[in-house]
Amino acid sequence: MDNNYFNEGDVEMQVNGEQIRVEAPLTVMALLEQQNYQPNRIAVEVNEVIVPKAQYETFMLSDCDRVEIVCFVGGG
Amino acid sequence: MQEYEEMLQQKMAARHSPGVHERMKRSIVGIAGLGGLGSNIAAMLARMGVGHLVLADFDVVEPGNLNRQNYFVSQLGKYKTEATAEQLLQINPFITVEFHTVRVDEQNAASLFGGCDVVCEAFDNPESKAMLVSTLLGECAGVKLVCGSGMAGIGSSNEILTRRRMSRLYVCGDGLSEAATGIMAPRVIICAGHQANMAVRLLMGVEEA
Repeated sequence: MDNNYFNEGDVEMQVNGEQIRVEAPLTVMALLEQQNYQPNRIAVEVNEVIVPKAQYETFMLSDCDRVEIVCFVGGG
Repeated sequence: MQEYEEMLQQKMAARHSPGVHERMKRSIVGIAGLGGLGSNIAAMLARMGVGHLVLADFDVVEPGNLNRQNYFVSQLGKYKTEATAEQLLQINPFITVEFHTVRVDEQNAASLFGGCDVVCEAFDNPESKAMLVSTLLGECAGVKLVCGSGMAGIGSSNEILTRRRMSRLYVCGDGLSEAATGIMAPRVIICAGHQANMAVRLLMGVEEA
């Protein structure tokens, strides 16, 4: 399944419904940085499973992943 | 006294929508944070007859809360949990209210809210909102979450929407208007209404935003 380790090329994934092409290997954290998200203000789901904040640095994204990033603003 | 209570309960129930009330009565809803969103969501869900409410907040009622939060001058200085519980039982004495005067964090969120059918996130700061989503969706398999994000200012009411963002996550608000713009009663209550209605829909088995 996870062949990012062997594949240094581009991978394609869906982020918030949009198809993007990124350079692999790529962690969740690297994707968040590329997309200018503040890691403390978001929740991330990959293929419908929540990625805990403690795993952002280590969780590797793969080709065809569906990533959902929900960003929150203050107030309530 | 007991006769009076029975009569009151009957007369209140007569106004509930058939089919809805029975489902509400059997439901458990959590409310995380009792500020502008949470205090108003709590009042609406009590009126709906949600059988058991689980409230959590660490703060006390302050004068600066009265512009949008569902509290009274007579409640200044009280814990918001106690003040809210007090009011809810005046609105509907036939529900049970459980409250926890604590700061909700990664360690206690699952044990506070793990038994709920639906949790309404009603925190002020975005870090806490994100923490609750990651923790509850990650650790509590059955729980559905309805959050608020973006309800400050006096922008159009029509920009406040309910969106389904993950399989068990709904987000209400305009997604943009931050607290820095100043939070005022109408928009925060509109957003609270969105959250309360989405919670009711989920309890009724409707998953569409």
